[in-house]
Amino acid sequence: MLEARNATKYFEVRGRGHHEVRALEAANLTLYRGRIAALVGESGSGKTTLARLMALAYPLTDGEILLDGVPADPRGQKDRRRYYARVQLIFQDPFSSLNHLKRVRYIIGRALRIHGHASGRAEVEAKVLELLERVNLTPAKDFIDKFPHQLSGGQRQRVVIARALAVEPAVLLGDEPVSMLDVSIRLDILNLLAKLRDDEGLAILYITHDIASARYFADDINVMYAGQLVESGPAEAVSQQPKHPYTRLLLDCSPDPDRSDSGVVDTFDDELGEPPSLIDPPPGCRFHPRCPFARDECRTRLPEATTFEDGSWTRCWLYGEGGQAG
Amino acid sequence: MNEVLLEVDGLHVGYETEDRPVNAVVDASFTLRRGEILGVAGESGSGKSTLINAITRLQRPPAVTTAGTALFHAQDGSKVDLLRADRDQLAKIRWEEVSIVFQSAMNALNPVLRLGAQFVDALQAHRRLSDADAEARAAELVRMVGIPADRLRAFPHELSGGMRQRATIALALACDPELVVMDEPTTAVDVVMQRQILRQVQRLQRELGFAIVFITHDLSLLIEIADRIAVMYAGRIVELGPARQLYDDPLHPYAAGLRDSFPPLHGPIRVLRGIPGSPPDLRDPPPGCAFHPRCSKRFARCDTELPELLRPVDGRQVACHLHDAAVLGERPVEGEKVG
Repeated sequence: MLEARNATKYFEVRGRGHHEVRALEAANLTLYRGRIAALVGESGSGKTTLARLMALAYPLTDGEILLDGVPADPRGQKDRRRYYARVQLIFQDPFSSLNHLKRVRYIIGRALRIHGHASGRAEVEAKVLELLERVNLTPAKDFIDKFPHQLSGGQRQRVVIARALAVEPAVLLGDEPVSMLDVSIRLDILNLLAKLRDDEGLAILYITHDIASARYFADDINVMYAGQLVESGPAEAVSQQPKHPYTRLLLDCSPDPDRSDSGVVDTFDDELGEPPSLIDPPPGCRFHPRCPFARDECRTRLPEATTFEDGSWTRCWLYGEGGQAG
Repeated sequence: MNEVLLEVDGLHVGYETEDRPVNAVVDASFTLRRGEILGVAGESGSGKSTLINAITRLQRPPAVTTAGTALFHAQDGSKVDLLRADRDQLAKIRWEEVSIVFQSAMNALNPVLRLGAQFVDALQAHRRLSDADAEARAAELVRMVGIPADRLRAFPHELSGGMRQRATIALALACDPELVVMDEPTTAVDVVMQRQILRQVQRLQRELGFAIVFITHDLSLLIEIADRIAVMYAGRIVELGPARQLYDDPLHPYAAGLRDSFPPLHGPIRVLRGIPGSPPDLRDPPPGCAFHPRCSKRFARCDTELPELLRPVDGRQVACHLHDAAVLGERPVEGEKVG
């Protein structure tokens, strides 16, 4: 449905000398109809940069974004509108992504009108009510004339989702869509997104730093470290048999009341380390300065992807020169 | 471990507003033992930060403590009610007996002072130390949390977020306090740094023996590190008990719902529902049990009658009519487990 191919983004840093932040290097990510792909990693790993590239928020340094197999051309306003009729974004902060001065009726109605899915008062109202019901804001009549400040965080995020759905998109890009919400209402929103995948075949990108929630509701998990994808595969494969040492570190650091031992964390020294600067990233595998298993080749050459029988792949020298592994 | 350090009894904090007062913390009572890690879990607006701001006397208007005591057993054997301590008493207790770590290290540190100067300031305010001795102690403190001593020359903005938070933890330990209050200390850092910080805190706690009140919305994290957990909802402690039991067999339907709001990292995946609805508006709380509009186990009595936090049974306390002995007779819930 939507594909990032070799997507690369460098940001220029102004000031003395010429510097670039190498935010994203040659990322390949495909979103499929009726599937949720999770993108996990720490802050600064390039998750949001990739999502923004897929939303055409800024031009790529290299690579391309393909929608239905056709390279997206973000130049003309018409092309952009056609693109956003298929691809919609859900931001992290439902407090700043809604116009404070407008009622829910206007906020959702505007998306309907702009994309030509409804016109005239009565038709817009009927469609807005229907959308509110789809995101479980019921009774919809009670919500349609509310202002954003009259709604709770979870309700606002539902309005944001309803607004995205008003466009009748094929792809939703969610950048940490639940991380600002209270714990007890996060699952409600995730279950709603899963329902949209199942009932309407939406392709969804779910960006998160919470690998447990990615395992819970995504079909695939992609792990990013320091601007590079290091491991991808079916959610169960990545979360239960992680291949890359960084994925193992992420999993073993996540809170888990059922944990019996501290896993790979004990193979690290007392210090677990921090991600590198992306202005001058380490050569070879970018994880090597932190990796307890680092070898000579890790310090000089970036490994090719190795694929596994469980459907996952990783870039790590532990699995040889790339190609197939058991 | 069984020696009492802090006894909070009947604490009540309100917010004075123009229309009607808001009860942010209602009738909170708990006992903290020396060297114990007590977790306080709850969502935004549950009163967990209000509670500790009252106890540490950092509360600001419009918050007002209207009732209760917080008896602190100092190292010299004296007992001080923290809620009524005057300026001089507070100055003696702070840092020496009670210190605090906030969520935002950037706001806790002075941005225009080098890290070392902030340690020396705190140390010299409480101990008679020469500059050289204070600097030596500062170096020892930062090394305890894995920061090289030469970083004391850095300004806070020159450190990563994780390093800054570790520096504030070292600062809190400067005068060997008996109690360290931590308000969401790892919420602003990534999961690997969170684990790093927690491991260090646990190690230091074992070595130095201080008690911790650890506040967070992340119940799954508390279950790993806390000895006991208090779950707060709408300003009240609704369940209090040993961490493991609270996870394996929560008594209060809200505690059960909160536990089931965290998808498991391993084991079978089942559909989780979270908790329907939203936390209540404290300006207009529901009558009876504040949780009843969201509760799947509610019955008539919950709508009108407020459940009290019951006396401890096997070290566990709960505020729920399901566990009220009188109700058990009138409405059998035999074999039914909340959760």
